[in-house]
Amino acid sequence: MAKYFRRKLLIYLLTFIIAVTVDWCIPRFMPGNPVDLIISRAGLKGSAVSQMYTFYMQAFGLDQPIWKQYLNFWIAIFHGDLGTSIFLFPSPVTKVILGAVPYDLALLIPAILTSWFAGNNFGAFAARSKRLDNTLLPLGYILTGTPYMWLGIVLAWAFGIAWRIFPIAGGYSFAMRPALTLPFIWSLFQHWFLPFASLFIVQFGGWAIGMRNLIIYELEADYSHYLAALGAPKRLVRKYAFQNAMLPQLTGLALQLGVIVAGALATEVVFSYPGIGYLILQAIHNEDYFLLQGCFLFVVIGVLLANFIIDITYVIVDPRTRAGMQGGAS
Amino acid sequence: MRKSTFLILSFLIVMSMVLAACAPAAVATPITITSAPQVVKETQVVTQVVPATPAPVPLTYARNETLYTSGTQWGPPSSWNPFNGGGYAMGTIGLVYETLYIYDPLADKFIPWLAAQDMKWVDPTTLEIKLRDGITWTDGTPLTADDVLFTYKLADPNGDFKAGLNFAGLYNFLSSIDKVDNLTVDFKFKANPAYQEVGFYLWQTPIVQAASWSKLDVKDITGGANENGIGSGPYLFESHDQDRQVLVRNDNWWGIKAFGKTPGPKRIVDIVNGSNNVALGLVLQGGLDLSNNFLPGVATLVKGGYGVQTYYPEAPYMLSANVAALIINEQIKPLDDVNFRKAMAYAINTDDIVQTAYTGIVKAADPTGLLPIWDKYVDQDMVAKYGWSYDPAKAKQILADAGYKDVNNDKFVENKDGSPIALEVTCPSGWTDWMASIQIISKNAQAVGINMTPAYPDYGPWRDAQLKGTFQLSIQNESQMSSTPWSYYKWVFQNPIANIATAQYGNYGRYDNPKAFDLVNQLNQVKVGDDAAIKAITSQLQEITLTEYPTIPLWYNGLWSQVSNAVWTNWPSSADSANHYLPASWRGYWNMTGIEMLLDLKPAAAQ
Repeated sequence: MAKYFRRKLLIYLLTFIIAVTVDWCIPRFMPGNPVDLIISRAGLKGSAVSQMYTFYMQAFGLDQPIWKQYLNFWIAIFHGDLGTSIFLFPSPVTKVILGAVPYDLALLIPAILTSWFAGNNFGAFAARSKRLDNTLLPLGYILTGTPYMWLGIVLAWAFGIAWRIFPIAGGYSFAMRPALTLPFIWSLFQHWFLPFASLFIVQFGGWAIGMRNLIIYELEADYSHYLAALGAPKRLVRKYAFQNAMLPQLTGLALQLGVIVAGALATEVVFSYPGIGYLILQAIHNEDYFLLQGCFLFVVIGVLLANFIIDITYVIVDPRTRAGMQGGAS
Repeated sequence: MRKSTFLILSFLIVMSMVLAACAPAAVATPITITSAPQVVKETQVVTQVVPATPAPVPLTYARNETLYTSGTQWGPPSSWNPFNGGGYAMGTIGLVYETLYIYDPLADKFIPWLAAQDMKWVDPTTLEIKLRDGITWTDGTPLTADDVLFTYKLADPNGDFKAGLNFAGLYNFLSSIDKVDNLTVDFKFKANPAYQEVGFYLWQTPIVQAASWSKLDVKDITGGANENGIGSGPYLFESHDQDRQVLVRNDNWWGIKAFGKTPGPKRIVDIVNGSNNVALGLVLQGGLDLSNNFLPGVATLVKGGYGVQTYYPEAPYMLSANVAALIINEQIKPLDDVNFRKAMAYAINTDDIVQTAYTGIVKAADPTGLLPIWDKYVDQDMVAKYGWSYDPAKAKQILADAGYKDVNNDKFVENKDGSPIALEVTCPSGWTDWMASIQIISKNAQAVGINMTPAYPDYGPWRDAQLKGTFQLSIQNESQMSSTPWSYYKWVFQNPIANIATAQYGNYGRYDNPKAFDLVNQLNQVKVGDDAAIKAITSQLQEITLTEYPTIPLWYNGLWSQVSNAVWTNWPSSADSANHYLPASWRGYWNMTGIEMLLDLKPAAAQ
């Protein structure tokens, strides 16, 4: 067991180092100089420009040699200092991200978990049920093929503008101050619902189809036929099929996480919902190295952490992994 | 699983109904708390006696006391520093920090703001500024000559701070600033000061409090966030979050007495835009009172009974805020040839851009590029003589006469030496109106035999190419409406060429013409208000732009403004009965009469 986790941890550590390095590299290969952008926005003139230029280059540490910038980056990460945002100057990147991340977590965690559970259960339920297979599953295919952006726009238009059931922008009512009161919590929920729904619906379709196909495959497996031949009730057969079909779906969840994060970015932009999605978009447009790095770092850590949790879950739900580990240890 | 989901959902729906029923009550209570004078008294008490009791800020802002705006902030508010030129929170200059004068571009008038009287030149090199008596900072201390002196000296290259602020240019011709008395400051200039530029700084420079700012070091002055700064204006920053900035009225503002008017809204909530689509949705939902976003197709909203109003009830709907021009890199072949540039001017179908890319909400630009507010300076004879319009046949003729021929039969002309021409016209990716425009421009160019294709780099590289002079053709609209056409000509003829990358304001094509540069300097030295002299000099500049084509003015980008009369009325409009202030919350526009719009806003119910 310990060996298994040691090996896993090593892999995660290596992935992390490589991801951080790539993260550091990408913005620096982008053409252009972000300091020029700030100064041009400030509308400075004449001698003021060169003065400001030096100031900002020093403030952002861009005047140092590349290797030193890389080293500084690692040192800073361990100090929790991700630099100063250029787009949101002079806010520290850590502060910007910490302000946005609660919204991301509140959106992503429920969307991922509920869609996974609901999708898998529905898929298992629909498999081999002619009527559902013929009617609802094509719908599932359409849903999972829907771009997050497009679905978001449709939902915003229908529920926000045409029927006016839900608000279409902001993290909570623009007329409210945050406070621990029921109206405020209700407002938070209302603003959260449509972004959540658009993420949920797309993912739900994907998981349902995946599960339905896996169940059919499992029901055709020898053990199912054998079980059925022994006279086991249909429910029992399906239960075993479901348990076996869960495993690839769990792996699928780990693989899908990155895609889902990207989906959240699109959703946040469509609903003008706070979060790092919109920040990443603006960071790219504004060549905000530090903000971009910070956001990606958050995404990398998040995805690695989630994968690690799934790894642990796998050990718990799949007895074979445990058996394999014991065999390896003896 | 599904059962429990349904249970949760139905529970939530029931909750929602209960809460929805409660909601009006929750809104109603704070209204009683927020009667204006009471709040002021209580805040004063709070600061002096019991710091533990928070000021009575309502949890829900009453709709009829709140103004919702958008169109300025594209990210979470991060700076409240009036010297952070392009990045400060909505309203920092104009609503919180104020300027000596504000400028009314539609009436071409400087309006004394912190200053008590019109600009007074005691002699040709001495400008005397008298401040209004009784102006106070929000901490209760008076705003005096010391504050004005301190603010302008921040940028003094030989002073204590040497801060590189955008009015540092003043020191090119300033010899000293002196305090005459507690409310009077004298600006002493060297011989032949640039009167136009001085005027420009007077309505653009925010006055800050000497007492609090003198404690900061230069880094914090130019780059600090200044989150709880002390201002003098009609509003105070109250709170902010990822997607909003809230300002609350300063009921001790000096202007209430001086103008006899109180700004209508108790609070202004400025909404951070994710995208213009969201702004459009909010306008349709009635959640925005003043949207300064670009909303294509706004004509249908204005005509379709959505309660949306624009400055003009008919096309072009919007005031013209700046001129969008085709900028041309004059350093490369064949763009260094005036005849080639002339052919491009005749080839472009600006009306198609106005109708297709903008659905008619902008105006085609005058060939001089001077904004409508500068119509009085346009030399009509010159325009009649040299002006151009869409004429593809003539464009082809000009190319042929200048020796550009299609040598290899690819339907595109080649350089005079036979080498192929392949031009690229750029705009930032995602700027949909400009993207549509450069598609039309390329199509028009191809139609007359110029091989031109559109390209859409990210904003960063796009901007970089202009600063470094490595672009070929692009669209730019940096030159905004202002108190002087000098700002436009400075943009067209920025010089010296070597400093264009650092000047960061115009002439990215490196057009070199000493005569034009000299005329721009002469224009700068004309006294404010001397229209005859301005006309004489700009007439010569117009001749140069009309015959040399350093840039090709295409259309006037609008002062995008969609207002709703549902909660607030008496908005600026072109109607005779209405006021003619600028309906804008953009940076740099509150001090161009935007603030006066707020003073005249009336709650809808009161009418």
